[in-house]
Amino acid sequence: MTTTTELYKTVDLAEVSTWYKAGKTTQFPVGAGATIKYEDKQIAVFYFPRQEKWYACQNLCPHKLENVLGRGLIGEQDGVPKVACPLHKKTFSLTTGENLNGDCPAVAVYPVKIEGDYVYVGFAD
Amino acid sequence: MKKVVLVGNGMVGHKFCELFSRHPKRADFSLLVFGEERRPAYDRVHLSEYFANRDADRLSLASTEWYADNGIALHCGESVTNIAHEKKCVTTASGQVHTYDYLVIATGSSAFVPPISGKEKKGVFVYRTIEDLDAIMDYAETIKSREGASATVIGGGLLGLEAAKATMDMGLKSHVVEFADRLMPRQLDERGAAVLKNTLTDLGLGIHCKKNTAQIGGNGSITHLEFTDETELKTDMLIISAGIRPRDELARQSGIDVGPRGGILADAQLRTSAPDVFVIGEAALYKGMIYGLVAPGYEMARVALGTIFADADAGTMPSTIDMSTKLKLIGTDVASFGQVFTNPEEARTIVFNDEVSRVYKRINISNDGKKLLGGILVGDASDYNMLHQIVQNNMAIPPQPEDLILGVRGGADAGAGVLDLPDTAVICSCENISKSQMTGLLDSGEAQSVKDLGTCCRAGTGCGGCKPMISDLVNSYLKSQGKVVRNLICEHFPYTRQELRDLIAVKNIRTYDEALDQIGSGNGCEACKPPLASLFATIYMETANPQAAIQDTNDRFLANIQRNGTYSVVPRVAGGEISPRHLIAIGQVAEKYDLYTKITGGQRIDLFGARLEELPFIWEELIAAGFESGHAYGKALRTVKSCVGSTWCRYGMSDAVTMAIELENRYKGLRSPHKLKGGVSGCIRECAEARGKDFGLIAVEGGYNLYVCGNGGARPKHAQLLAGPIDKETAVLYLDRMLVFYLRTAAPLVRTAAWLEGLEGGIDYLKSVVIDDVLGLNAEFELEMKGLVAAYKCEWKEAVTTPALRARFQTFVNTDEGDDTLEFVGLREQKMPKPWN
Ligand code: SRM
Ligand SMILES: Cc1cc2nc3c(=O)[nH]c(=O)nc-3n(C[C@H](O)[C@H](O)[C@H](O)COP(=O)(O)OP(=O)(O)OC[C@H]3O[C@@H](n4cnc5c(N)ncnc54)[C@H](O)[C@@H]3O)c2cc1C
Ligand code: SF4
Ligand code: FES
Repeated sequence: MTTTTELYKTVDLAEVSTWYKAGKTTQFPVGAGATIKYEDKQIAVFYFPRQEKWYACQNLCPHKLENVLGRGLIGEQDGVPKVACPLHKKTFSLTTGENLNGDCPAVAVYPVKIEGDYVYVGFAD
Repeated sequence: MKKVVLVGNGMVGHKFCELFSRHPKRADFSLLVFGEERRPAYDRVHLSEYFANRDADRLSLASTEWYADNGIALHCGESVTNIAHEKKCVTTASGQVHTYDYLVIATGSSAFVPPISGKEKKGVFVYRTIEDLDAIMDYAETIKSREGASATVIGGGLLGLEAAKATMDMGLKSHVVEFADRLMPRQLDERGAAVLKNTLTDLGLGIHCKKNTAQIGGNGSITHLEFTDETELKTDMLIISAGIRPRDELARQSGIDVGPRGGILADAQLRTSAPDVFVIGEAALYKGMIYGLVAPGYEMARVALGTIFADADAGTMPSTIDMSTKLKLIGTDVASFGQVFTNPEEARTIVFNDEVSRVYKRINISNDGKKLLGGILVGDASDYNMLHQIVQNNMAIPPQPEDLILGVRGGADAGAGVLDLPDTAVICSCENISKSQMTGLLDSGEAQSVKDLGTCCRAGTGCGGCKPMISDLVNSYLKSQGKVVRNLICEHFPYTRQELRDLIAVKNIRTYDEALDQIGSGNGCEACKPPLASLFATIYMETANPQAAIQDTNDRFLANIQRNGTYSVVPRVAGGEISPRHLIAIGQVAEKYDLYTKITGGQRIDLFGARLEELPFIWEELIAAGFESGHAYGKALRTVKSCVGSTWCRYGMSDAVTMAIELENRYKGLRSPHKLKGGVSGCIRECAEARGKDFGLIAVEGGYNLYVCGNGGARPKHAQLLAGPIDKETAVLYLDRMLVFYLRTAAPLVRTAAWLEGLEGGIDYLKSVVIDDVLGLNAEFELEMKGLVAAYKCEWKEAVTTPALRARFQTFVNTDEGDDTLEFVGLREQKMPKPWN
């Protein structure tokens, strides 16, 4: 209960104005998430090795407003990549941000790109 | 095309629209709806949930788009002010005039406010609409800062208690004031109400019965209530929930007949005294009664719609309306069904009253002993659905009717199961779905689960009270049809846990990825990762370290995540025995990292509030002081509790502490389908609560009695005697066998007690496996346990000494900073996370 969701707005690929260099690919766990800090935002970054895909969303779980999503288990449901919050297992789509197993507000999702050995997260500010 | 006008867009009005939109002859009619509230219909039944999130969208029953898409014209925030039924037209507040062919009144009811002086004061509310709740929440915010801020609810009925719980959840001291001599006077008898009162008092509610409020005191804003017995109750706000009054004002002034005490008169087809004018929902007076529940309202909507569409099967309202109810939300079960109050001439009553666990059950049985008429359940309403069905369907009852509430002594199942219900039994009363409709969908394969049934026919999507029964129906029906109900792990692995175990062992699969490639499909999810991790642990004694990414969150970081995302640290204190030197070491670590410390219910010490990046440092110090992981985070052996036993206790018959330490050290690190706990007591006084554990030893003359498959928690179960008296070695041998049998065959997250319940033959079968070796697998079981015991290593030690494993304990990848959003507040001499609001 420490920060608000207003900080986080989904960024479409087309809107990206800053590609923030988050770290080396090897710093991120395989098949799980890790968290980065960008200005006053906490962003969870996930690597799905089987699909060779990266996703990012706000670290803040909209359910109880705790900064924990980066520590959740990830997986896929009917082909949609998702993260399960470690606190009460609400699951969120990593493509649209929507809550898949309940009626929590959606989380903001951010584009990720890999260039060379580095992971970049896209922001619009 | 005929024109239907509907006045009122509440729950029942909306149900009418929904049925209308799905009617085959829908194209022959147009529908125009006026609702006085500013938003489309919402779920009043779950209104209290609004307090949790203040999110009106979640309560919404349909959006304006839904109305548009279905060609229904909806005008929100526009009330109807007059009905000219001779001219067949209505006038609205803004002066619009519309003609109709059929008019349906669904104006509901409003909260009844008794004429108490002072009711206009600030801080006095009713509990009916979203706007009421907004006003209550805003006001509660302004009084919260007052020392000991309190709220009072007048009315100890269904809604009043719900409102009281809501104010309690807002952090206010809450009171309920009831005029009658007991709570819920319409649903409960004296004894039932007394049990409920005790439970609620324990929850912290102030209950004041037999109180007649004379005056609401305060200067401008409420400060207290004055009662006719000249006592007073201080309170900062008041919610009046003293019953409902049907909103019949529109009908009354338009010359449509209403009852002497209010309510628009309706016949069995919901026609009013005016031609082609119908009334449905809480505004309707049918058979001299107003029905303040959604199910009868929905039935009215169905009958009225069928009559308007001239359906062949339109039907009429039943002559008696079921008023069975189950209270939601209050922190205890309360339900009443059928005929609650009976006199000795018509029925005899059987009562079960347990004052310690606060359970009261009453059933009324016809004097010939053949029929169940009704009853009351307080404290434990798990039998509600079945008992309710027995009454509704007039079903035969067992020769000893008390079995219905006590269960058959001696094991067998009491009374009817869901399969014994007649086909016509209505299981979901909100949506009026019968058993045969559901079995039909299961037969045709359209539905295979509770979820499917919800999608196909909406069963269970209303109040949700029938869901446990639907789930029973799905399971037993599919089973009876020879369709095995297999607890498959998830969409990625079409197997049960036991099948997966065999496949992994036979194919020597070592990683989750290999498992997906060889026996699974897709890319996995949070449902299949932890069970597979558990299997790798028990087949190969793998710790949670090598495949950290598939562990459940707690196992991934080898610590329990807390409410605010920090972690707890629990070192193993085998048997609960700890030396002063070790105690000091724990104290020093806790002090250094500013951790909240508490003695746990498992006889050890929990250190709370560690930040992710601190965990390895804390553990490094604990390990140096001689501690190991306590596996408090894993589905694994937790603790073996002990009592002090013969070393000190004057009654002790064996050295329980040594035995507990040996058992805990033997099974530490053992991962299992669910957590495992043990206990050892030195004599039958049982101070270690061993019979509340998955395995428990109690010292007796000649050795130990070995009990298995008990647990505490939400559904406490005493462990059952497996063998005894036996010596120490035999006890360990039997335990080894039983535990491996459990590891191999239980489904994920099934504790030993539930596992045993599901074993055909129960404890006798378990005895025959473990003692008589009927499966011929005991040698294999023993060997397997030996391997698991030998392979133990402390996974925290492994994690802190291996840099690659240690790297995961980091809050941010891109900076060493900690999480600066964490906020703590003081708690006595320690700290706690800032509360959620
Ligand atoms: C810390 C402690 C409460 C305390 O302050 O005393 C505790 C705390 C939790 N218990 Fe417990 N239980 C604790 C003793 C118990 C006991 C008492 C005992 O062991 O004698 C019981 C009843 C006995 C039993 O398990 O049968 C108990 C029955 C439960 C249950 C219900 C289990 C069941 O089968 O119904 C859960 C829920 C679950 O596991 O699904 C649970 C779950 C939890 C969780 C893990 C909830 C969670 O997921 O966050 C709590 C995490 C604590 C943490 O972060 O460390 N806890 N819990 C106790 C830790 C004991 C220890 O040293 O490891
Ligand atoms: C807190 C709470 C908890 C409840 N819990 C349960 C429960 O657990 N189980 C259960 O079965 N029932 C429960 N109920 C009762 C249930 O909500 C009602 O039975 C149901 O809402 C009745 O539906 P209705 O459409 O008749 O009336 P309402 O839902 O009240 O709708 C009537 C609508 O008509 C509007 N209206 C009135 N006059 C006019 C006019 N002249 N012109 C236009 N519009 C008008 C009103 O503003 C209102 O929106 C609960 C009620 C409350 C308040
Ligand atoms: S009883 Fe509930 S609140 Fe208390 S520790 Fe156990 S799980 Fe947490
Ligand atoms: S805080 Fe994320 S699910 Fe509850």
